[in-house]
Amino acid sequence: MKKMNFHIVKRDQVSWKYSFLIRALAILASLLVSAVVITLLTQKNPIAIYSSMIKGAFGSSLRIWSLVQNIAVLLCISLAVTPAFKMKFWNCGAEGQVLVGGLATVSVMMFLGDSLPYPALVAVMILASVLAGIIWAVIPAFFKAMWNTNETLFTLMMNYVAIQLVAFFLKYFVKSGSGVLTPMPEYGLPVIFNQPYLLNIITVAVLTAVVYVYLKKTKQGYEISVVGESENTARYIGINVRKVIVRTLVVSGALCGIAGLILVGGTNHTISTTTAGGRGFTAIMVSWLAKFNPIYMILTSFLIVFLEKGAGQVSTDFRLPSAISDIVTGIILFFIIGCEFFLQYKILISKNGKEND
Amino acid sequence: MLAFLVSAIRLGMTFLFGSTGETITEKSGHLNLGIPGVMCVGASCGCFAEYLYLTAAKNSANYFLAVLIPIIATLLGGAIMGLIFSFLTVTLRANQNVTGLAMTTFGVGISDYMIAETGSIYSRGSRYFTMSLPFADDLGWFGEIFFSHGILIYLAIVIALVTSFVLSKTRIGLNLRAVGENPATADAAGINVSLYRYAATCTGCAIAGLGGLSFIMDYLNGNWEYCIDEIGWLTIALVIFTVWKPDFAILGSVIFGALYIASSYITGVSFASKEIFKMLPYVVTIVVLIFTSIRNKKENQPPAHLGLSYFREER
Repeated sequence: MKKMNFHIVKRDQVSWKYSFLIRALAILASLLVSAVVITLLTQKNPIAIYSSMIKGAFGSSLRIWSLVQNIAVLLCISLAVTPAFKMKFWNCGAEGQVLVGGLATVSVMMFLGDSLPYPALVAVMILASVLAGIIWAVIPAFFKAMWNTNETLFTLMMNYVAIQLVAFFLKYFVKSGSGVLTPMPEYGLPVIFNQPYLLNIITVAVLTAVVYVYLKKTKQGYEISVVGESENTARYIGINVRKVIVRTLVVSGALCGIAGLILVGGTNHTISTTTAGGRGFTAIMVSWLAKFNPIYMILTSFLIVFLEKGAGQVSTDFRLPSAISDIVTGIILFFIIGCEFFLQYKILISKNGKEND
Repeated sequence: MLAFLVSAIRLGMTFLFGSTGETITEKSGHLNLGIPGVMCVGASCGCFAEYLYLTAAKNSANYFLAVLIPIIATLLGGAIMGLIFSFLTVTLRANQNVTGLAMTTFGVGISDYMIAETGSIYSRGSRYFTMSLPFADDLGWFGEIFFSHGILIYLAIVIALVTSFVLSKTRIGLNLRAVGENPATADAAGINVSLYRYAATCTGCAIAGLGGLSFIMDYLNGNWEYCIDEIGWLTIALVIFTVWKPDFAILGSVIFGALYIASSYITGVSFASKEIFKMLPYVVTIVVLIFTSIRNKKENQPPAHLGLSYFREER
């Protein structure tokens, strides 16, 4: 028998059609697998389940607004983690950075709501949330820059410190002792055109453009790419790597702070330990799946939010636990993550190849 | 005080499973952020297997089978998760952080589903896991601390000791560490990097899965009401806290267990400050992380290639 030899080669450029085809196939395959899993778990018809998902996401104008709002929030956090990721700084702490941003916003609303005129209040809210996000992101960045402290683990731990901080805040400052803060819509961000989410959505749309330009067209964006590709090269051409790390995380943290502001000031008008709701982690996947391109991120965050919203509908329609959505999301993610391989590499098979190694 | 120590040990051993598993995985250079998901899946498999067995056996359930079957199911469940992770990161060369987080999403989904559908049917099975050694009561406080635990607690210690021995004293351990430190060199020395990474990740995940089982069946007495992903993140913290040494982790995990439950045992502290106490394990971990990186002592560092993939063609 002839020995089958194969080796794996990196692709240079992938055509638009090919990459679309592969991704579509991956999503199709993942939907098939999810259908099998759903049927096994619930003995329900998977097609009915998928159609209920679509209904859940687009069923009414209210649902579409909520869909877009959720996309905006997730997109904002994904934009936030992207500069750091391009630098190969694995910021897994977006969850915490968003939460402290939200905590700063809610504190301003609670303690200064009465005493400041409204425009000044909004200005202080923005400032406080951005500052809080920056502080939370810069602490790990500083130690990474100075002593190469592992940033993945550091930022991960900072999440839980932030969560406990919020829990403490809720127990300490909520007078009733229930640990639940009553929403304060009167101190929230301004509402334009009578659409409560419109301002959030516009803000994030602008930020998307800004981050796109920042990463692709500015000197700082270029420095981030160089540091990400090779720190030694960066040092060799005279980039101050430490400065770039800290500066990039200032950007990252500020954007997370804004996400917190949007969530607390523009959406919930209150805070809980689950305000960020795992989006800090989901954002990592959104950003990575979009190849760190802010424009593609609109698509990937749409995909994730659609799944969540749709699965929520499924669970009410079929009286299933809402956890189904996480299971399906997980399976789809596995497939999308896996299919990247076929976009980056090709497998060459030589049937009668000699044994080289 | 005694009750506090006993519960700290009980909880600590849950962490110990997770941290031993994650240490093995990390030594191969894989940073598996899917550990919370792995623990969820492991626990789901184990608990459900226990439920199936007890239903099938009715009143003739045998202690060894009632313990062995869930343990094997958990190991399998964990190993399958490890296989998914390794397939995506080693064979398909995906990013480890992203894959791990996807696994956590998946695992949390599975366990939430189990909680919603099956919830509180596990307390019967948990009796087998909390059964203590018969002579524990005769030995006073000494017996209470050392012999009053269920089988999983001792299993955790045995696994940690064996792992520690294998990592530091055997050829396999040496090779594994080489793979995590410098896969290119290991490859040049004829070590099968992919095989080691697959094996280490699957073994690690299988062991970590037991942590989930132990948390539900032993610590919660089978009252599975909330998701255990937080425990998973704590075990990742514990790996750092114990500077990648499973034998330190035996003590470290008890300290973590104590820190985690301290807030409910300390009297005279306000309701609110208890939340600050719960911050302690994470803050302590951050401090350890900072100190080990500043002191820069070779033996206390994370594996050099932690979180990085290795592709022979891209050297």
